[in-house]
Amino acid sequence: MSENQNPPADTSREVTVAPEAGTVVGPAERFTDPGVPEHKHRLTDTDPRAAKRAERTVTFLFVLSVLGTIGSIVAYIMVPPDGTTSGVRLSTLLLGLGLAVSLLGIGVAGIHWAKSLMGDREMVQERHPLASSDETRADAVRDLNDGLQDSGVVGRRGVLKGAFFGALALFPLAIAVPLIGSVGGDWNISKFKHTMWKNGTRLAIDPSGRPIKASDVTVGSVFHVIPETTEEFRETHEWITEKSKAVVLMVRLNPEDLRTDQSPEGETWSHEGIVAYSKICTHVGCPVALYEQQTHHLLCPCHQSTFDIADSAKVVFGPANRRLPQLPITVDDEGYLVAQDDFAEPIGPSFWERLK
Amino acid sequence: MAKPQRPTTAIGKTADYLDQRTSIGVLVKEFARKVFPDHWSFMLGEIALFSFVVLVASGFFLTMFFEPSMALVRYEGEHPASMHGQLMSAAFASTVEMSFEVRGGLLMRQIHHWSALIFVGSIVVHMFRIFFTGAFRKPRELNWIVGLTMLILALAAGFSGYSLPDDVLSGNGLRIIDGVVKSIPVIGSFMSFIVFGAEFPGGHIIPRLFTLHIFVIPALLILLIGLHLFLMVLQKHTQYPGAGRTDKNVVGYPAAPVYVAKMTGNFFIIAGVLTLMGATMSINNVWNYGPYDPSPVSAGTQPDWYILFVDGALRLMPGPGWEWVIGGFTLSMNLLIPAVIVPGILFTLLFAWPFLEARVTGDHREHHVLDRPRNRPVRTGVGVALLVAFIVCALAATNDLIATHFSLDIFVITWALRVLFFVGPVFAFWVTKRVCLGLQRKDRELVLHGHESGRIVRFANGEYIEVHAPLEEEERWLRVNYDSPVPLEIQPAMDARGVRRKGYKSDRRWQRLSQFFYEDRVAPVTPAELEAAHSHAQHDEIEAKEPTGAGAAGGRRKR
Repeated sequence: MSENQNPPADTSREVTVAPEAGTVVGPAERFTDPGVPEHKHRLTDTDPRAAKRAERTVTFLFVLSVLGTIGSIVAYIMVPPDGTTSGVRLSTLLLGLGLAVSLLGIGVAGIHWAKSLMGDREMVQERHPLASSDETRADAVRDLNDGLQDSGVVGRRGVLKGAFFGALALFPLAIAVPLIGSVGGDWNISKFKHTMWKNGTRLAIDPSGRPIKASDVTVGSVFHVIPETTEEFRETHEWITEKSKAVVLMVRLNPEDLRTDQSPEGETWSHEGIVAYSKICTHVGCPVALYEQQTHHLLCPCHQSTFDIADSAKVVFGPANRRLPQLPITVDDEGYLVAQDDFAEPIGPSFWERLK
Repeated sequence: MAKPQRPTTAIGKTADYLDQRTSIGVLVKEFARKVFPDHWSFMLGEIALFSFVVLVASGFFLTMFFEPSMALVRYEGEHPASMHGQLMSAAFASTVEMSFEVRGGLLMRQIHHWSALIFVGSIVVHMFRIFFTGAFRKPRELNWIVGLTMLILALAAGFSGYSLPDDVLSGNGLRIIDGVVKSIPVIGSFMSFIVFGAEFPGGHIIPRLFTLHIFVIPALLILLIGLHLFLMVLQKHTQYPGAGRTDKNVVGYPAAPVYVAKMTGNFFIIAGVLTLMGATMSINNVWNYGPYDPSPVSAGTQPDWYILFVDGALRLMPGPGWEWVIGGFTLSMNLLIPAVIVPGILFTLLFAWPFLEARVTGDHREHHVLDRPRNRPVRTGVGVALLVAFIVCALAATNDLIATHFSLDIFVITWALRVLFFVGPVFAFWVTKRVCLGLQRKDRELVLHGHESGRIVRFANGEYIEVHAPLEEEERWLRVNYDSPVPLEIQPAMDARGVRRKGYKSDRRWQRLSQFFYEDRVAPVTPAELEAAHSHAQHDEIEAKEPTGAGAAGGRRKR
């Protein structure tokens, strides 16, 4: 490796690489490279007082860093978080400021040192082509061939080679099969198609779990609804999974505003203007939570799919393709709202086997 | 040669000890004074590297207190009061606890989150620098691929980490992932089971993401960072064009001491700035959102910035009509297009770009001197077009905020952005390409006619001209020393015997693409052209001299 300190006319003066395919300008039509510009001295190179000043600045910055570290430790001892949000914020701020000063002190000192005091003469080194020389390549190929010869598999013993590669290719299966087999739990895709709603399940308020009487639902009001279950079940993991599918949004409209719902001929899925729709967006499954009373529109806050509650919850805007599935409801003997059945179609986003 | 003396100092003895066992002297000799070119934009990759170091350090702190478990617990802590007694996963509880009970816990969480945002950001900006200056050209195509792979890993690291606290926001993020995964044809439903280990959300996703987040992804990143830097040192760094810089040399400062000091300093400054951000700017206050519950969600919630473009694409895609049922199976194009196909095209294009460009340029040389972006108008235009598409999608992901802040109809905003997604990149490409060509012409003009001096001279015949000062040699070199490729030339369709040539059609397609790249070109000034321009100017000068006399220093007189 040769080092040319600021060469006035080194090899780099030669014409730039001769252009090949794809370029038009021939080497003779090129300007010549004037070479690396002359070095310009800094103030600290020529003025000893400036150099001294820079040295003092660097020293000061290192000392500042030490002070930052000390400050951080003092803050740790003197300002413990008292648990309140503001106390935690104060502790975070003081610890962080101390650490930041400590780090920035070192960083700025180092850069200042490098820029003002360390050598700043540009140096030139040559690059060498990355490709190895022809001899090296020939040697490498010969070595590889020698190795292959020694292994005794060249040109014969096809069965040995086949067995060797076969074994190598197959052994990962012994790890992959149990892993992939187990990683998906029970693989029961049909679970996507059912929720815990069934005939007679009462509609309850989310999250308290109190059942809802039809008479308590005033016109225009919105209820976030879950199926009624026991308190104990609502403290389990299964509940979170079930809730992810079963949440429902219930609205009472003026019966004359309710143009259509999803009930088939001869059935009634709503009750005196009360309709219940799955709250899981048919787009990617966000909870559809924003209801606009004036327009009867239900908006998904994640991607703005908009559904018309007064018209079978059909899509009026946004990236969802399908209407929200309707939960068929009625009232029981005591006047509580209950489901007639599970949803008639899978809730939530689409999947390959959805209609199978 | 004199017998070498035994070292006497402690450092000398240590070095001797090490060298006798490792021949480390060879390495030191090779690298101590290795020259690296200097430019502020070479620091962008460093920011990414050092943010990663800060991520590892702060992440280590967090693992001491985080519990990657979805077991349901009641939060016993007194603070914050809103969380007391609530049922939540152990992951969420430990996140809140480390924020409120562990001194410096919240600081480290915030440093970690800010570092992640800056990490991905600096990778992207670094990548743009590489793209616009052509640093991906031979021999660096492989390192471009390594870098892109790291970008994907960084996105995965960010998303997996974002999901770990198991709060309402991250839970909804996972639910969106579940929806996207389920939309994949044939295997989607099984993929969902693989990811969650059960039906969404199940009880496995947090520990699984934790393993990915703190082990698999960082291990791969460290491996690839090592490879990235190894290739960088092996191939030596690129340099910006300028006097004395060629494809056969490297002009810059030595590793020791200048780069050692600058890089160390830079690391501490970046760590310091990230700490300052963590100390003063609160981020992801999960206790305000609460533990994951499938029911609530609020408007105005956005993912971390690097996921915005996918989220925005999901919002822009119109739904009705884009779910196809084929043979009873459901194909959700309204999810596949924005969440799988669009990012797929983006990354495929990025991975393929160095090879595509080399092919249409017919270029097999090594390049170590960077391009000025203006000298590659189509590449620069495509880069800006991609950037505009990215920004349109990111804006779409904030359409609800735009609607509320500017009192606009969200449907109108969405429609405007849908149009802009197609029109914006095309327009940006066209404008950028024109700007580049304009700048190239400006360069030509400057080289041929020199700087405007502001000195107006009147001729004897009453004509006024402005005297132009010629460029310094270095200035001129920068503007004339570049390749201006022409479109590929191909063999004719018929060979000498009039037989149709095989492969002509493919050649013709490549040629068309090459024409798209290089049809509009501005060639660099040649010495002959400059000479011609001067001899033309000479005539002006002689006349110009007379009225101004000896005061007319500079100007063209020297030539």
